[in-house]
Amino acid sequence: MTTVDLHTLTGAYAVHALGDDERDAFERHLAVCEPCAQEVRELAATASRLGLAVATTPSPALRERVLEQITTVRQEPPRVPRQGRGAGAVRSGRGLSRFVLAACLAAAVGFGGVAVWQHGEARDAQRRAEQAQDRSERLAEVLASGDARVISNELPGGATATVVVSLEQGRAAFLASDMPPPPEGKVYQLWFDHEGTMRPAGLMDPGARDTAMLMEGPLDGASGMGITVEPPGGSTEPTSEPVAAMPFGV
Amino acid sequence: MREPVSIGLPAVPGPDLQELMGAVARGDSDAFAGVYDRVAGPVLGLVRSVLRDPAQAEEVTQEVLVEVWRRAAHFQPEKGSAMAWIMTMAHRRAVDRVRSAQAATDREEKAALLARTPAFDEVTEQVEARLEREQVRRCLRTLTERQRESVTLAYYRGLTYREVAELLALPLGTVKTRLRDGLIRMRDCLGVSA
Ligand SMILES: [Zn+2]
Repeated sequence: MTTVDLHTLTGAYAVHALGDDERDAFERHLAVCEPCAQEVRELAATASRLGLAVATTPSPALRERVLEQITTVRQEPPRVPRQGRGAGAVRSGRGLSRFVLAACLAAAVGFGGVAVWQHGEARDAQRRAEQAQDRSERLAEVLASGDARVISNELPGGATATVVVSLEQGRAAFLASDMPPPPEGKVYQLWFDHEGTMRPAGLMDPGARDTAMLMEGPLDGASGMGITVEPPGGSTEPTSEPVAAMPFGV
Repeated sequence: MREPVSIGLPAVPGPDLQELMGAVARGDSDAFAGVYDRVAGPVLGLVRSVLRDPAQAEEVTQEVLVEVWRRAAHFQPEKGSAMAWIMTMAHRRAVDRVRSAQAATDREEKAALLARTPAFDEVTEQVEARLEREQVRRCLRTLTERQRESVTLAYYRGLTYREVAELLALPLGTVKTRLRDGLIRMRDCLGVSA
């Protein structure tokens, strides 16, 4: 299922009309897609209004039974939110932070943006748009993939970097928030790490503090990723010490 | 224009549902009795609409209310109203029950569902419940017939969207879209925000 499809499942999900597999997949998507999560909250609240409309009057006996039963039922303690954000902390499911959500937004804007692009006159603009569309769809697919593994790391200087790895799709997505700008005239380059041999995996937009990008090229058995500072256009192999190295742990 | 959300029915004097849920989370069983009085009628009505068997509906309603007690500490007011949280739980439970019970419901019985309108015919004393029913009915009328059909089959009857598609002989994508579009139209008509 593509991510475009996933976005339309909010209604079916809100009324529990998905099968088990689809529900699980959609819940993983919800964890990284705030627009869908918000829509689900609204549509579930709407559905509950439909329920209120068929309210009826229960028997007094039911009340007695319930009030009696709870005297023997122990309450669950509140869930304590997980804090683990240390180096290489592996998280999955719900509770991904804001920048992952931003990534979903970026993807959604990507889809919406196509219409604008298609009105563009230059043919090559259109081609670039198609490539961008393709990339953002694939990015969204990686983010929503069933086997997504999320590795998060705090970088020196307070930035947060997250890699979402999907073995199934053989791709990885890179997300960062609050990245300090690279040194004047330099760019951040991403690398796939093959036991210490680095393979170029794309350049970060030097102007962006927050980013969500599909790493270029297939995983191909990479065991991790790294980020270095490189001259504009990037390098074929790293020319500086990595600012971050994140093992995938797979 | 969006009207304010009124979702705390039936009207029972005293503290509101959100406040009561806070007390229930701290183990206050008197507060739970107050929650029961506010939600048992809607929960039973909804569960009965999905299950249609009165005895089973009471059973599931009891399970849902005990679950409200047990899981009260997990309720997060910032993610929506207590009523929506409880009704969502109730719907989920009813749907789980109906799917496990009739894993192999035959087509004929499902086809019979088409003929039935949702159970709006219950006699309820509370004025608020009646007003709510009128408002929901009015808003359901703003949906296209196709949207209404999909929404009511999925929500009031607990069908999956695949079952709805099969029943109405429609492509899956069409049903997905109708469910979403229908609920969005209901949301806007009822002025629900979350
Ligand atoms: Zn989404």
